[in-house]
Amino acid sequence: MKIQEADAKSLLAAQGLPVPPWAVARTPAEARAAAERFLADGAGRVVIKAQVLVGGRGKAGGVKLAGSPAEAEEVAGRILGMEIKGIPVRKVLVGPAAVIVKEFYLGAILDRASRRIVLMASAEGGVEIEEVAKATPEAIHRVEAHPLLGLLDWQARELAFAVGLAGPHLRDFVKIAKGLVATMRANDADLVEVNPLAILRESGPEGQVERLACLDAKVTLDDSALPRHPDLEKLRDLDEEDPADAEARHYDISFIHLDGSIGCMVNGAGLAMTTMDLVNRAGGAPANFLDIGGGAKADRVSAAMRLILADPKVRAILVNIFGGITRGDEVARGLIDARARQEREVPMVVRIVGTNAEEAARLLREAAFETAATLDEAAAKAVAAARQATGDAA
Amino acid sequence: MSILIGRDTRLVVQGITGREGEFHSRQMLEYGTRIVAGMTPGKGGLHALENRVPVFNTVAEAVRQTGANTSCIFVPAVGAPDAVLEAIGAGIGTVFCITEGIPALDMLPVVEVVRAAGARLIGPNCPGATSPGRAKVGIIPGSIHREGHVGVVSRSGTLTYEAVQAMTDAGIGQSTCVGIGGDPIIGTTFLDVLQLFAADPETDAIVLIGEIGGSAEEEAAAWAAEHLRGVPMVAFIAGRTAPEGKRMGHAGAIISGGRGTAAGKVTALEAAGIRVAGSPTELPALLREAGYRE
Repeated sequence: MKIQEADAKSLLAAQGLPVPPWAVARTPAEARAAAERFLADGAGRVVIKAQVLVGGRGKAGGVKLAGSPAEAEEVAGRILGMEIKGIPVRKVLVGPAAVIVKEFYLGAILDRASRRIVLMASAEGGVEIEEVAKATPEAIHRVEAHPLLGLLDWQARELAFAVGLAGPHLRDFVKIAKGLVATMRANDADLVEVNPLAILRESGPEGQVERLACLDAKVTLDDSALPRHPDLEKLRDLDEEDPADAEARHYDISFIHLDGSIGCMVNGAGLAMTTMDLVNRAGGAPANFLDIGGGAKADRVSAAMRLILADPKVRAILVNIFGGITRGDEVARGLIDARARQEREVPMVVRIVGTNAEEAARLLREAAFETAATLDEAAAKAVAAARQATGDAA
Repeated sequence: MSILIGRDTRLVVQGITGREGEFHSRQMLEYGTRIVAGMTPGKGGLHALENRVPVFNTVAEAVRQTGANTSCIFVPAVGAPDAVLEAIGAGIGTVFCITEGIPALDMLPVVEVVRAAGARLIGPNCPGATSPGRAKVGIIPGSIHREGHVGVVSRSGTLTYEAVQAMTDAGIGQSTCVGIGGDPIIGTTFLDVLQLFAADPETDAIVLIGEIGGSAEEEAAAWAAEHLRGVPMVAFIAGRTAPEGKRMGHAGAIISGGRGTAAGKVTALEAAGIRVAGSPTELPALLREAGYRE
């Protein structure tokens, strides 16, 4: 699960990491009030950042500076009206704009190949790390945290030296690096990224001082661990969620909305992806990824059918079940029941093999369902049905 | 011979008295797997499955009393990492963890302990393995198999059944089919299984079934190019139409930062001389084109 920058910053701050203050505003007036506070506290300017769960906010014009409360209100108004990669901006983060001496990248990820938490650092901060990885992979330095002992001080120091951090910042860097791993463990995150981690110049009572701070934060949480973190489940941003996603979660269905016209209902994730691929290969486009999971009963099949039909672009439905734990006759009964109650007439092609497939075949035959023997045949039939339904002569 | 499981498998089922554990244990017994023990804390002394399987309180006791050498875990996600560690602590050499939904970070210390013990963990979130005619451990339907000499390794469940059924229908039997699991952190990788197949005199050809996410298929392809010359090997990769940044059901099936795409995996496999089927039903024909004969 992705969470917003402001929430990610809270998680970092909870582990004692240095994060400059911020406020979240949903209206230009709220942004103005926040800016007033930060400017009164001595900030020269404020930064206003769109809060959306996609990257590339800066490039899209979703990050701007303002020098007065009035300007903050005006800038926030513009950002709040924007769409970034198709997502409307509904809130902004307001914070004091810092004087940046130098920017770094620091990220902790769950690395599948090494089966370790890997910490990555680069002296090229503030730019997308994927770009750095492509252009100059040697500029990214990595250390693997020990699976039992965690990240050790010397490993963090090694990273600090590799990115050219020494002197007064060394100790802080070690603390921050270990804090990233601690944030990951405390919240069961797959990814904790600070980009940029920056050396800031601030004026204090004893003149100018420089210190390290986390200016941005990105955290992705492990969905499998959410049941044991009810507090984190609350960070799910329903503003950016398809209402279908919540229903799918309720029924324990894996559902991802896509752009095509052929709704798919499959048991098993790998087979569901394969079904999409074969629809594509047969000249059609899948409307969704949908895995009803193992051992699905009639109610889950009905829910899956509702999810598929809620998409007005769907012109045909392909059901592909390879029964193992899932019983083919249970699915067939669910389909018959769902079709009796559905509000929209959409052609359906059903293929059920494996456990109790004979009984399923009999039920489907009696209910006059269109069936197919193989996956390839089912895909071809569904694509043909969708074409006929849209009146496409091709 | 076969890999991971065979006639010498003496299985203990952890969680045998649960709904899933009992259902699948029955199927395994019917297939001919030697289930020597069940384990459920607090149910020691009982007998499961119409008195056919003695139940113990601990895995260590099951090992002492029955000589169990392999474990299959049907324990809910909260307790599954502990179940794996208990099996390893009791000296079990091969552990299959079927459980889905274990938090990934929980598995990091577990795989480390398994490795240090010199044991092997398959999964989690895996369907298990079948050595047709000898034994099946896990949840793969026994009926789809045929005895033979093709090794199958996959990250998926039902997709594997689809591919295996297509092979069986075409008269191509299997030496062992292994589902390694759809999670990001798993105990046994494609590469590990390829090494086992390479050393198995009864495996003459290999089918690899991968999917988007991670780089395990690419690593397997690179190893195969160097070490499996002359062994007919074909593949299928699921997720050619999967969008970036979305988890496709399996926790590990996600394209991120342009990495882990199906196209990248297909390219890597083909560069290693491994043909990639456009549909699982084409795998038998591709195997024959790669020179495989029963």
